[in-house]
Amino acid sequence: MGIINITVIDREGDKQTLHAPTDMGLNLMEFCKSYDFPIQGTCGGMCMCSTCHIYILSDHKLPEMVHQEEEVLDFAFFVKPNSRLGCQIPLTDDLDNLVIQIAPEND
Amino acid sequence: MSVIKTDILIIGAGPCGLFTVFEAGLLKLHCHLIDALPCAGGQCAEIYPQKPIYDIPGFPSINAGELVKNLLEQAAPFKPGFTLGERAETIEQLDDKSFRLITNKGTVHEAPIIAIAGGLGCFEPRKPPISNIINFEDKGIDYMVRDPEKYRNKKVVIAGGGDSALDWTLFLANIAEEVILVHRREEFRGHLDSVQKIIDLNAAGKLKLVTNSEVTALNGNGHLHSVTITHQVDGDKEKETDYYLPLFGLTPKLGPIANWNLNITKNAIEVNTVDYSTNIPGIYAIGDINTYPGKLKLILCGFHEATLMVQSAFKRIYPEKNLVLKYTTVNGVNGF
Repeated sequence: MGIINITVIDREGDKQTLHAPTDMGLNLMEFCKSYDFPIQGTCGGMCMCSTCHIYILSDHKLPEMVHQEEEVLDFAFFVKPNSRLGCQIPLTDDLDNLVIQIAPEND
Repeated sequence: MSVIKTDILIIGAGPCGLFTVFEAGLLKLHCHLIDALPCAGGQCAEIYPQKPIYDIPGFPSINAGELVKNLLEQAAPFKPGFTLGERAETIEQLDDKSFRLITNKGTVHEAPIIAIAGGLGCFEPRKPPISNIINFEDKGIDYMVRDPEKYRNKKVVIAGGGDSALDWTLFLANIAEEVILVHRREEFRGHLDSVQKIIDLNAAGKLKLVTNSEVTALNGNGHLHSVTITHQVDGDKEKETDYYLPLFGLTPKLGPIANWNLNITKNAIEVNTVDYSTNIPGIYAIGDINTYPGKLKLILCGFHEATLMVQSAFKRIYPEKNLVLKYTTVNGVNGF
């Protein structure tokens, strides 16, 4: 497939459906940054900072949370049952039509 | 007043700041580094010392900690000074256009050039998003425990699920009148033996563990009087307390540098790519803390920026001298 659609709801509630390549080794954090969404990704994707905190709004099957992701989310705020770190979710063809929302800023 | 004087005062002892010492040393300029962390190395030493870096030219792979060790060794001939564990707080420009910088602990530094190599900024406690939280800072809210005696025979609510929250809960359970630990989940990320101790002490009534809950509101008039604890299912409960300690780890912040009248965009300092100078003549910004069109936050780009920056710094300190690039291969490294 190569290109999938991902719908992103930003912090203002605006919704956009965007093309995302699945052959560039990107994760959701990097995808959001590439479209200039205000996601910081401070640690660069090392699962250390929680500044790529997002909510998953569609019912796609995602990679299981590893222990470290749960730990980092412990230090985040506005955490919900559908919270994930964007940097821990690689873009793959099965994520076509995924819907995500960017969580409020941590501080 | 004792004053530390140098040619280039570097804020931030990460890889970029350390390499500045070497490049400045080749031009016979002395450097002094200030860092809020207690040891040199910045993010490399603090956050990911064991992580390999693959894009340092000439090193197919090098651990971040090893890179810092090498940079310190490379800088050593130029005898850099260090003020560690102190945060650069205020600057003022003196009559001769040099700068006086004072840290949060009152150490005074003076230099004609300031190079900000502050990376992500200073690591500061993460503050929960409760709207009136700043009203109670130091009036019942502490983001870190400095003097445990303060809590003797007092009521304390602690929030968090990491080691720091667990350790202080266990420690204060022996001192305080009452300790309540509030955590968002059922599981804890801290050490297993600490978790077991918390569970045991909770069962024995020595402390109170409240899981699946968050502190959502702070109440009081002048001083904290109570907190509202919201359970995911059962809803709100107000709890009287003398202190609330939110222990949610550290997050990098630009800190006092934000108040130095530098041009800042998205938490980064704007620079001119000719020499990485800021809008204040004599102050430069290099590495992850600066921004310009095409900026890449890479260590190797920071090294390049440091090298060009010291040339400009030299010309500012010695406007009458002409500078010629000398090669280390020809001249070697002549330390101080």
